[in-house]
Amino acid sequence: MKHIISALVQNKPGVLAHVAGMFAARAFNIDSLAVGRTDDPALSRMTIVVVGDDKVVEQVRKQLEKIIDVVKVQDFSIKDVVAHDLMLMCVHAPPDKRHEIIALVEMFKAKVVDIGQKFAMVELADTEEKLEAFIDACKPYGIKNMVRTGTVAMARFNLPNAAESQ
Amino acid sequence: MKKPLHPSQDNPPQSPSALPIKTGAEIIVATLIEQGVDTMFGYPGGVVLPLFDKLYDAPINFIIPRHEQGGCHMADGYARASGKVGVVLTTSGPGACNLVTGIATAMMDSVPLVALTAQVRTDLIGNDAFQEADTTGITRPITKHNMIVKDVKDLQQSIREAFYIASTGRQGPVLIDIPVDIEVAKCQMKPLGEISLAGYRPQEKGHHRQIKMAAEAINKSEKPVLYVGGGVISANASDELRAFAIKANLPVTMTLLGLGSYDQTRAESLDMLGMHGTAYANYAVQECDLMIAIGARFDDRVTGKLKTFAPNAKFIHIDIDPASISKNVNVNIPVVGDAKYILGEMTKEVQHKERKAWFDKIADWKKRFPLRYDAKSPNIKPQYVIEQIYQATKDNAIIVTGVGQHQMWTAQFYKHTRPRHFITSGGLGTMGFGLPAAIGAKIAKPDTTVIDIDGDSSFNMTMNELCTAVQYEVPVKVCIINNGYMGMVRQWQELFYGKRYSKSSLKSPEFAAVAEAFGAVGITVDKKSEVKTAIAKMLGEKMPCVVDFKVEREENVWPMVATGKSLHEMDGLDIFESMA
Repeated sequence: MKHIISALVQNKPGVLAHVAGMFAARAFNIDSLAVGRTDDPALSRMTIVVVGDDKVVEQVRKQLEKIIDVVKVQDFSIKDVVAHDLMLMCVHAPPDKRHEIIALVEMFKAKVVDIGQKFAMVELADTEEKLEAFIDACKPYGIKNMVRTGTVAMARFNLPNAAESQ
Repeated sequence: MKKPLHPSQDNPPQSPSALPIKTGAEIIVATLIEQGVDTMFGYPGGVVLPLFDKLYDAPINFIIPRHEQGGCHMADGYARASGKVGVVLTTSGPGACNLVTGIATAMMDSVPLVALTAQVRTDLIGNDAFQEADTTGITRPITKHNMIVKDVKDLQQSIREAFYIASTGRQGPVLIDIPVDIEVAKCQMKPLGEISLAGYRPQEKGHHRQIKMAAEAINKSEKPVLYVGGGVISANASDELRAFAIKANLPVTMTLLGLGSYDQTRAESLDMLGMHGTAYANYAVQECDLMIAIGARFDDRVTGKLKTFAPNAKFIHIDIDPASISKNVNVNIPVVGDAKYILGEMTKEVQHKERKAWFDKIADWKKRFPLRYDAKSPNIKPQYVIEQIYQATKDNAIIVTGVGQHQMWTAQFYKHTRPRHFITSGGLGTMGFGLPAAIGAKIAKPDTTVIDIDGDSSFNMTMNELCTAVQYEVPVKVCIINNGYMGMVRQWQELFYGKRYSKSSLKSPEFAAVAEAFGAVGITVDKKSEVKTAIAKMLGEKMPCVVDFKVEREENVWPMVATGKSLHEMDGLDIFESMA
C-alpha cells in the first residue's frame, strides 16, 4: 500500500543525506522524495512516498523519528491527503498542431509556460493520476523532455492532526 | 525535553557578560571538564594540534593508543565498565577513518561515546585537502548523531548536546567534527543552560496503563520467561531486575550483552539463550506462554528462525527505543521507557505465583542438558581454562573478550554475577576488541582485576596496545585461548564446508616473548597441570601480563543452533550426553 510520510526536519546540511542513507541502509524503497522550505526558516519539510505493508511503514516512521534532526513525522494513506506533483513537459507543437495541444492544456487545467517554433513547455500541478493521463494524451504528439518534482502533500481538514490544527 | 546537564551538580547561575572570551580549543577543554571528563583517549595529528596544545596542562588523564581504533575501543571499554561517557579524540582524515570500526562497535551495543575529530580548515573542506575525509558523511550511519561545527559560537553547545544525546535514551556514539580554524577562532563562553532538542525527546517513564497490562499478563502466565538484554545494564537496573524476578517468580535468560545483569549462580537463571545458549534456556523459550523482553532487540543470533521463535508465547517488550519494538517479532504489550523506572513500577503490580510444574520442567532440562565438555581429557580444553579463571576470580573481576569461540566459551563457562563485569562486542562482533577495551575498563576501575580472555587471532589484531598498557602502567591480564585457528571460522568450515579449512589458520608469534618485548610479563602454558599455577601467577603480577594457553586445536562450541534452524533444534546435545 502507498503511504505518504511527511517529515519536518531541521534545515541543516547533511539531513537529506541522513534520511536518504537511512532508507538505503534499511532497504526501504522510496517512490519519491520532495524537500522544500517551510514558513519557519529553521525547518524543512520532506514528503516521502513509500510503498509497503503496515509493518514496514511503521518501521520507516520509527526509524525516521529516531534521527535527531527529524522533528516530527506523520504517516498518511493517500486518501487522507491532498497530494500533488509538479511537472514540466516539453511537447512537440508545430504550428499546425498547436491548437490541439492548447485544447489538451485547457482540458487538464495545465499551463503553457514557454513556446518555441516547434515545441511548447507545459506546466501541470495535480495528482499523479492526472499527470499520467496528461502524459498519455501528449505522447502521440511527441514528448521531448519531462521533469517531475515528486509528490508533496498536506493532510485534509477533516482528519485528526490536519493542516488546520497545526 | 528540557533537562539540566548534571542534575546532581550544583550549577550556580552565571552572568553571560562575566564569561571570558576563549579560543575554540580552550572552549573544548573547558566544556569537557564541565561535562565531568577526567579521562580521554586519542592521537594527535596536524589539524588537531591547537587542541592538543591546550591539553598539555589540562587536568585530564590522556591515554595515547598505538592506533586510533584501539583508542576508540578503550573509550568504549571505559564507558561500559564505568557507565560514564567515553571520549576519544583524533585528527582529520586517517585519524577519523581509523575510528570507524570502534564507533560502529559502540553503536551496535548502545555504548555512550563522544568522538571528537578535527577537520581541515573550513575554506578547504571539499577541496581534497591533505588529510581531508568527509568524516560526518562516513560516520553518519554508525553514529546516534553527528555534526560538523562551522561557527565557533555553536561549538560549546554542540559539545553539550553531544554528551546529552550520547548518555540519554538508547545510548550511543556521537561524533563532532571540528575544523582547525574553529579551534583557533575566539568567542565568549556560554552559560550552562538547559538542553532542548526539538527532534529528541527520549521517553523515560513508561506508560502506566501499559505497565499494568504487562503485570496482569505476567500474573496470569503459567510458563513465563524473562529475556534480558544489555539495556538493563545500560539503565543500571540490575537491582530492580532482581527484585522484580524474585517477586514475580520468573526464570531469567540473558543475551550475550545481558550477561551480568542477573546473578547466574541463582537457581532461576537459565544463563544465555540463542545460537550458543544453553539447552535449558532455548527449550524454555520455545515452550513459554509469555516472554517478557527487557532491553533486548530479538537479534537473529538470539531468535534463530524467527517464524518458529517462542511459537506459543505472547510478547511483552520493554525498551527505551520505540524502533526496537515490533521490528522483528510482533509485540502484544509494548512498554516504552527506562528499564529502571518500569521494573520498579512493575514490581509493585506483580504477584508471586508458584508455577511448580514450569519450574520442575526447567529443573529437569537443567539436569539433563547442562553445559559440558570433556573435563577428563589430558589436553588443555579451552572450557577448562575459563572455568579455572572463574574459580580463581569468582565475581571479583571484569572479564573482557575478543570475538569468536573463546568469547562464547567465556559467556558459557564463566558465571557472570554482576553488571558491568562482562564486556564484549556483541552486535558488530569486532575481533581485536578485547585488549583495548580491557585497558579502558582497567583505567575506569583501577582497583578491579581486569582480564581479557582473548583468541589468538583476535589478539593478533590489536596486540600493539600492549605497549599502551605498559606505558601507562595499566596492569591488564590477557589469557589467550590459543588454538592456532580463527576458531569459529574453522568450526563453521568443519560443520558446513566439509572440513575445508580455507584461510582460517594463522601463524602467530610466541605471545609470551612478544609480551616481554613490550615490557609486559609473558607466560606460556602447554600442559594442563600448569593452568592453575599460571593463572595464580598472572593474578599476582603487578605488570600487564599475557598468558598463552596452547589449547586443544579443534574443539567446538556446543550447543549450536545452525543458521535458519529453530532454537530447539540444537546440535551438540548428543556430544554432551556422550560425556555424561
